[in-house]
Amino acid sequence: MTAPKRTPLFEEHLAAHGKMVDFAGWEMPIHYGSQLKEHELVRADAGMFDVSHMTVVDITGADAKTWLQKLIANDVAKLGFEGKALYSGMLNAQGGVVDDLIVYLTSYGYRMVINAGTTEKDLAWMENQRAGFDVTLKVRRDLAMLAVQGPNALAKFCDVKPEAAEIVKSLKIFQGAFCGEWFIARTGYTGEDGLELMLPAGEIAALFRALIAGGVAPCGLGARDTLRLEAGMNLYGHDMDETVLPLEAGMGWTIAWEPETRDFNGRKALEAAKASGLKMKQVGLVLEGRGVLRDGLRVVVPGVGEGVITSGSFSPTLKHSVAIARVPVGTAATAEVDLRGTLTPVRVVKMPFVRNGKKVFE
Amino acid sequence: MSNIPSDLKYVASHEWLRLSADGVVTVGITHHAQELLGDIVFVELPQTGAALAAEDQAGVVESVKAASDVYSPIAGEVVEVNATLEAEPQLANTDPYGQGWFFKIRPSNPADYDALMDAAAYAAEIGA
Repeated sequence: MTAPKRTPLFEEHLAAHGKMVDFAGWEMPIHYGSQLKEHELVRADAGMFDVSHMTVVDITGADAKTWLQKLIANDVAKLGFEGKALYSGMLNAQGGVVDDLIVYLTSYGYRMVINAGTTEKDLAWMENQRAGFDVTLKVRRDLAMLAVQGPNALAKFCDVKPEAAEIVKSLKIFQGAFCGEWFIARTGYTGEDGLELMLPAGEIAALFRALIAGGVAPCGLGARDTLRLEAGMNLYGHDMDETVLPLEAGMGWTIAWEPETRDFNGRKALEAAKASGLKMKQVGLVLEGRGVLRDGLRVVVPGVGEGVITSGSFSPTLKHSVAIARVPVGTAATAEVDLRGTLTPVRVVKMPFVRNGKKVFE
Repeated sequence: MSNIPSDLKYVASHEWLRLSADGVVTVGITHHAQELLGDIVFVELPQTGAALAAEDQAGVVESVKAASDVYSPIAGEVVEVNATLEAEPQLANTDPYGQGWFFKIRPSNPADYDALMDAAAYAAEIGA
């Protein structure tokens, strides 16, 4: 057993009565009292999440662009100006998802943010893929990361950090910009407007305290999970992994097929899978009655086949359960979930479930 | 010890029991149990009139995090269930020993109650 890792906000979490749990080897707050209240605050006002366990990698070198065009399934050529963000899967040769990530175009090259639990294997994979390219990877362990999310997130952040207000106002959704050493991006994992801030580790505790004073509630990983589930966003290791094709995990929109000449990792495998016919697809499930859909539960589609729930929970916004599931492609409007031994009917819907505080599925 | 009232009895599956003057026992889940579960979003209660043996499944409590069975801590007949809790399951979080009670049971053998753990024994059981 290695000792759990701690972010620069560890002492602040304790001071805010965070209930600390292990997450991918990190000691992180699951909630600060009530996951439901934190969820509701982010939907209605503003909350913040310590995401310093995630890893920031700066990519430089003459071949940075061509290397990324091979490394990830989306195409960084789409990044038309500095600060623009792109979501993508990083695939292996079989088309399986090594990780999902965000990459930003910067003045010096690119900035990539990868998951905490996959950091070591990602870095090994990227190092392995680097051969023959003039590319340098710099892991920014000197940075910490805070997500400030919710309809009032931008305004409350600007109150606390007025010198950044002009930059924040200039950002459109899915754009970032440097403000001194800070990188401020209008991105998130909640389905609400908000910011993700990357800043020197030594400065994050003061920011965290100032934001609390400014009416931004600290929120734990529990609320982060229910918020992203309602927003229909994948969680790596649950909704997809190295054995799952992005086409079967709702990530088809992140694959840039054009230009046809771009030979990104996994392309041939994905084309072969498409040609022979995909077997599974990702859908949303809704249980309007009592009970909670949970990860790993069996989904039965009578006459069609079986699937599995990859993320399930109670939806605090909708007051009933929703789930992300991988089911046979022939699945139509209904399915059944094996809920503690009882096959319970559920509706099959198109995600997301919630966007900007409102129910969006039919 | 403030979260383990001294006037109640307890079982290792984290239910508490309160004996009334009329011999009926009220059952709920402990403060420790609700803390382990986190925010509770659904409860399923037994049928009034159900005859339960000790350790029989008496219901289900579902939190955001997990589903967990609720067991009858004592043998007897269910005489009342907390309909308010079904409508407001979070009462099991906010007031586990009060408004968050689950059901009332008339023990088949009143002496069974005395044999259950007291607060000190339950505190030792959960390492409090």
